[in-house]
Amino acid sequence: MDIQQAKFEYLLRLGDSSLIIGHRLSEWCGHGPILEEDIALINIALDFVGNANSLLTYAAQVEGKNRTADDLAYLRNERDYRNLLLTELPNGDYACTLARQFLYDVYTFYLYEALKNSKDDTIAAIAVKSHKEITYHLRHTTEWIYRLGDGTAESHQRLQTAFNDIWMYVPDLFDMDAVDQLLINEGIAVDLDSIKNSWNKRVNEVILEATLLIPTTAIKQKGSREGKHSEHLGFLLAEMQCIARSYPGATW
Amino acid sequence: MSDTQWPLWEVFVQGNPGIPHKHVGSVHATDAEMAIQNARDVYTRRNEGISIWVVPANTITASSPEDQGAFFEPSNDKAYRHPTFYKIPDGVKYI
Repeated sequence: MDIQQAKFEYLLRLGDSSLIIGHRLSEWCGHGPILEEDIALINIALDFVGNANSLLTYAAQVEGKNRTADDLAYLRNERDYRNLLLTELPNGDYACTLARQFLYDVYTFYLYEALKNSKDDTIAAIAVKSHKEITYHLRHTTEWIYRLGDGTAESHQRLQTAFNDIWMYVPDLFDMDAVDQLLINEGIAVDLDSIKNSWNKRVNEVILEATLLIPTTAIKQKGSREGKHSEHLGFLLAEMQCIARSYPGATW
Repeated sequence: MSDTQWPLWEVFVQGNPGIPHKHVGSVHATDAEMAIQNARDVYTRRNEGISIWVVPANTITASSPEDQGAFFEPSNDKAYRHPTFYKIPDGVKYI
């Protein structure tokens, strides 16, 4: 594996996570709990899709095989996708969506902050732009964690259940392999061990402040780095890619 | 039927430095932070502003339509109160 291949792989990991969580959030469009929150959530979804577009466009360029961002998004199968397992989990109720989003927002907040210093100029530039968006995402979801956690008995219980159910996907966030190692040595990628403490600290603080318990689980899910996904991703891709695959090359 | 929506907040957005915040509409929210965020998402997505105020709608005291005559008509014939006799320097914006 050379640096170019590693970089392509790394960009897919970043870009796919944004694309998949963006798509998941977009499923709420028109179904949000209240008009204003529906708009807010879809704004956030759009930020992710925009970020995915930048990253996958760059990935295609790095790959150098004449593929476009659209090819990567719409014509790859499940096992070729490198998004984090957390991002593909179903929306569930609003507490599930927010618990998933909160864990991911804290993660991207520290990840993209560190990526601003990447020695790859394009990645660094994308990180600068995205980090401003992420700062807002995190502010938005954090407030909701407080509201639901420290809200009614029902909202408290639903949010606690949501965190408990997704906690096993946390190890996947910080999993690293040879791709990471190679790019960390080049100063391009972020050593995920270096942001793990910040993630733990922030997540624990907010969960406790929201009067919830820090979940524990013996199950540790990993696999996104090798394209090993949960059963949910295939269904998501089927819906997301349906038009592009039914009408190849269609434009509007 | 009673209104089951969350409390209403009036939203004011400042478009540029130095000009007043302008009323742009309203949002529903359970608290001030949510009102600010909702206002940001609903009213400033297209680069409309640099600052937002939100005010609980029920704290605004408004004049009534019946007051219109007594309040506003007496100023109709007092043109000398309008600062229309001054020349505004070229460099002054937003007046």
